[in-house]
Amino acid sequence: MKPEWQEWASQAKAEFPQANSALMPLMHRIQLVEGWLSDETIQDIADLMGVTVQYVESVASFYSLFHREPVGKRVIHVCVGLSCALAGSDELMHNLEKRLHIKEGQTTADGAYTLLEAECLAACDKAPMTQIDLRFVGPIRPEDVDTLLNKEVPS
Amino acid sequence: MTQHYLLRNRDVQDIDQFDVYEANGGYAAMKQAFETFKPEELVAMVKKSGLRGRGGAGFPTGMKWGFLPKDGRSRYLVVNSDEAEPGTFKDRELIEENPHQLIEGIIISSYATEASEAYIYCRGEFRRGAEQLKRAVKEAYDHGYLGTNILGTGFSLELKVYRGAGAYICGEESALLESLEGKRGNPRLKPPFPAVAGLYGGPTVVNNVETICNLPPLVTYGAEWYTSMGTDKSPGLKIMSVSGRVKRPGNYEIPLGTPLRTLIEEYAGGLLPGHTVKAVIPGGSSVPLLMPDQLDTPLDYESIVKAGSMLGSGGCIVLDEQVCIVGATARLVKFYREESCGKCTPCREGTYWMTDVLDRVEMGKGEPRDLEVLADVADNIAGKCFCPLGDASLGVLVSALKHFRHEFEAHVAEHTCPMGARLYDTVNH
Repeated sequence: MKPEWQEWASQAKAEFPQANSALMPLMHRIQLVEGWLSDETIQDIADLMGVTVQYVESVASFYSLFHREPVGKRVIHVCVGLSCALAGSDELMHNLEKRLHIKEGQTTADGAYTLLEAECLAACDKAPMTQIDLRFVGPIRPEDVDTLLNKEVPS
Repeated sequence: MTQHYLLRNRDVQDIDQFDVYEANGGYAAMKQAFETFKPEELVAMVKKSGLRGRGGAGFPTGMKWGFLPKDGRSRYLVVNSDEAEPGTFKDRELIEENPHQLIEGIIISSYATEASEAYIYCRGEFRRGAEQLKRAVKEAYDHGYLGTNILGTGFSLELKVYRGAGAYICGEESALLESLEGKRGNPRLKPPFPAVAGLYGGPTVVNNVETICNLPPLVTYGAEWYTSMGTDKSPGLKIMSVSGRVKRPGNYEIPLGTPLRTLIEEYAGGLLPGHTVKAVIPGGSSVPLLMPDQLDTPLDYESIVKAGSMLGSGGCIVLDEQVCIVGATARLVKFYREESCGKCTPCREGTYWMTDVLDRVEMGKGEPRDLEVLADVADNIAGKCFCPLGDASLGVLVSALKHFRHEFEAHVAEHTCPMGARLYDTVNH
């Protein structure tokens, strides 16, 4: 457990009438720094929140944005919703897989990228849409894989 | 160019900044509400305006507010910003580009419903949206528009931004409340409805972002202004998100009752050159298809139901003659498979089964009986699920089987996609 987590937990709990509501804000805050939620982190969060480790795990496993495996330095989401699919999202995903030598759901060997599919990202006017670290980058045409990979986004 | 009332960010540059928002009339409606309305008068005004929930269900907002029991318990207002219905992207624009408008709407709505605590449940994927909201909320606090005894009125309001973490089901109001309480986003049994037992068991109003964004102009211009637009039962303005095979995809603010054809041809610039409409999903991925001979359907709640579909969230996806209906349907049903919370069997298993069959048919590996299997599974989901998600997975599928049965049959008979769809083994597995 990092020393500052105690403070973060207290801050989150103070925000809500019932402390349990602080769980997800705390998970978000820790994951933003750690990149993912390891078994050890889940245990730490359970201790900080005064709930069981199973409870934290049940919440973490419900939501797709909580990572229970290590992720790359940059997490790429490719929207594969219908509007993006009509604009070539599947070909974009295919090209990214070839370029990064991984399959969807995997992380490159050098730890640079994790490639994930996203359900509709609510940006259908700019299809095909992607996100890097949850920041919108798009539209990205299937042939513009390098534009996406080289894109700078605020941390 | 017509004036925008909800999408004012289109007319005023940098309106997401506090100073710009206020210099352009921002927070004047809030002050006017405090000065000229008692809370119950505001509720009456919203009832009179006929404003209906813009998240998808179209339930009258004033009536929803009126369900709050008058038992002295403290009330909560929760704003649903968990926009994730495929084809819908209006709330994202509203919170990213004009967060103060939403905050002003929240203050007015909380004053009307006598809520002392409000939450914005912001979709986890909206990182910038959450940042914009958090900054704007802080600015509103700094200017005394949030907090204790706002502008000396005696009315106090605490507003917090809460981030989801990737779960479409949390757009369902009771699942959203579970999530806000730090739990898995499984829907609750209703009744009791949130008005009686919502957040932390207290009386709670859950409203969509666009609904709440109607409040500042409603206070400024009045209920009569609102009912002067649209139809008797569907008055006012609606933001339609248009995407798919059109020239100018985007959000368009229209008076309700505007024909679908006008939205597609005039607002969205028509189809891509040389193409024709095959079908339209008019109100988000959960609603049945409308056919080319129905393009003159007025976009209001009643007319679309009469035409066999729903206005829903206003996510309008336009499909042209090149689009494979089987592939499009497979993609949408797969969405519901991914997003089913797994709590009840028909939805959890049914969406898996239907996706499997649809993929098989799309890849040319279907059998004649697969069409019967699809219809049978759909029938075993319809009306048999704990929450609306299961039924939502059927809207496009059932109407596609009805209108495009020949296309499904051709996939099976020809052992390939007759539309020549390029298939990749990347997505869907």
